Amino acid sequence: MGAVVEDKILLAHGSGGKLSHDLVAKSFVKALANPLLNTLDDSAVFELSGRLAFTTDSYVVSPIFFPGGDIGKLAVCGTVNDLATSGAKPLYLSLSFIIEEGLSLNELEKVVNSVRKAAGEAGVKIVTGDTKVVTRGSADKLFINTAGVGVIPEGVSISGTNAKPGDRVILSGAIGDHGIAVVSQREGLSFATKLKSDCAPLGGLVAEMLKASPNIHALRDPTRGGLASSLNELAQQSKVSIRIEEKEIPVREAVLAACEMLGFDPLYVANEGKMIAIVPPEDADKVLKAMRKNKYGRDAAIIGEVGAEKPGRVVMKTVLGSSRIVDMMVGDLLPRIC
Amino acid sequence: MKYITEFRSSELGEGLIARIQQRSKRKVRFMEFCGGHTVTIFRYGIRQLLPPTIEMVSGPGCPICVTANADLDKAIALSQIPGVIVATFGDMLKVPGSRSSLEKAKAEGAEVRTVYSTMDALNIAEANRDKSVVFMGIGFETTAPTIAASILQAEERGIENYYVLSLHKLCPPVIKALLDSGEVELGGLVCPGHVSAIIGSHPWEFIAREYGIPCVISGFEPLDILQCVEMLVEQVEKGESRVEIAYRRGVRPEGNQIALKLMERVFEPSPARWRGMGEIAGSGLKINSKYQRFDAEANFDIKTAPAVEHKGCICGDILRGVKTPADCKLFGKACTPQNPIGPCMVSAEGSCSAYYLYGGGRGG
Repeated sequence: MGAVVEDKILLAHGSGGKLSHDLVAKSFVKALANPLLNTLDDSAVFELSGRLAFTTDSYVVSPIFFPGGDIGKLAVCGTVNDLATSGAKPLYLSLSFIIEEGLSLNELEKVVNSVRKAAGEAGVKIVTGDTKVVTRGSADKLFINTAGVGVIPEGVSISGTNAKPGDRVILSGAIGDHGIAVVSQREGLSFATKLKSDCAPLGGLVAEMLKASPNIHALRDPTRGGLASSLNELAQQSKVSIRIEEKEIPVREAVLAACEMLGFDPLYVANEGKMIAIVPPEDADKVLKAMRKNKYGRDAAIIGEVGAEKPGRVVMKTVLGSSRIVDMMVGDLLPRIC
Repeated sequence: MKYITEFRSSELGEGLIARIQQRSKRKVRFMEFCGGHTVTIFRYGIRQLLPPTIEMVSGPGCPICVTANADLDKAIALSQIPGVIVATFGDMLKVPGSRSSLEKAKAEGAEVRTVYSTMDALNIAEANRDKSVVFMGIGFETTAPTIAASILQAEERGIENYYVLSLHKLCPPVIKALLDSGEVELGGLVCPGHVSAIIGSHPWEFIAREYGIPCVISGFEPLDILQCVEMLVEQVEKGESRVEIAYRRGVRPEGNQIALKLMERVFEPSPARWRGMGEIAGSGLKINSKYQRFDAEANFDIKTAPAVEHKGCICGDILRGVKTPADCKLFGKACTPQNPIGPCMVSAEGSCSAYYLYGGGRGG
């Protein structure tokens, strides 16, 4: 046997042999323990009733640690939030690692620990998982895939196709924090900012919004492509127009300043802890109030309205009172931010 | 003072718009020279807010857009030479040259690196001593000083494998050429803010004096533009023409002497090729004989076939302010930001890109 480098991930950690077993037992199961995971069977077996929501997402953010979070927290929150956009209560997640040979065990444990914390906050359990190790250069440190299931409460029907003319557009808080926090750490681009990623699980926020009004028509979390792209998707899916007001959209001064420097438009910068809600006008104030009571919706604001004319179009009234089209994002503003 | 939100205030904006509408009587055409101004004008829908007496046209102030195909072909040819790494600002990658683009060359195996600053290119050279690193030096008086500084640093740090393909262009000479052509009649010029931060206000004075055209140097926020337009209107209505600085927080009349001296040490004026305008005397900067060993043109055998233009693309006319993107048959159909045919659709500061993204041609 050659020298064992204890503090780095080796190819053998993914081989299915002793090292793999130890890694799973010591690093993963210990941290994420729950009855379903503890069995270590090849699949998690459980019962659920009602309408289910099921989703999956892969996380390749670079760098894997950024102000306000890391790839582990992101992998939990991203999938939890995708479930929440259908109104579902998120319950169970799978967690699959693709690790580049040479990753420090210490870093991996930090990531697993933040998976644990985020899952705890979101009230979800990691019930199954997998680990693969690939040769140096075949991945960049660590990629994670998660899938999740949740149960949709009775009487809730949420879809991007449901927006109706007259509906109000509510945004849960300031945009652009995640994209700017991640890019501030990039090599060749790094700049000092106190900004933190907004990465957060929004299952609780959505549950409180639905308690205020089960009639919410559509929900969307504006991740890659930012607010602008999500609104365009909603307008196209529902065949409606959306008109927003620039002065109502919360953006932090630090995000504005960074965007000026980098030539970005905050409308296109990614978020990982924000929700857009399309709500019938009579319920808008109730939902807004409920959002503002939750710590992830404190700065929520009604930013616009759904219209019937020119389906698929998003128009913004600028701070000067003129209006302009807000298009889908074209190309890649910032690669690998989630 | 935070320098951003204050310059986007809706109350102050409304006041300026009201004053412009009240004051403007004569029919007049203003050109915003700079692509950065074009973007602000579209992003804030400023054209809609101006009275019908004022027409705004975009000028040739987008460094990527005005780079001629022949020069782009040279950068692509350099990337084909074994052992050469071409370093460039990101936007340049996608611009189609006569037959290829740097992006395509890269996909086919050429070493092309995107950098955010000139000094990154120098660092690449230092880290790859066995290769030659050629930085594609594009831009106006704003980027030229930083590139001059990189050459002086290369000398100081003994980095012998760093070269610059100097395609720098100067703003006042191209405006003169534009005015001399008689193609566009201008009643006022929104002078570039960042260029003027370097060269100051004096180099614009001949335009006010010899051509009788009011000139106001503007910043890049919506209120900057509105204030600049208001000052231009004021001069027009009074029948005056002089150079004024609306962008006082960025520009001093004498400019930035340190930056100007850096440029003087490394560069000398030369003719330059502009897309849509051909060669204009004294409108470029080439590396002087003292620093010739850093000059890519002098040190590599660059072979290119004669440059060809893209059929149907009217970027050249758009850059001269003679036509708008809406006049182009390719705009929004064959030519989109995803699949650009001309440079004005590639660059974030290009007129076509601004029209496309902010719905310039498609109403509200």
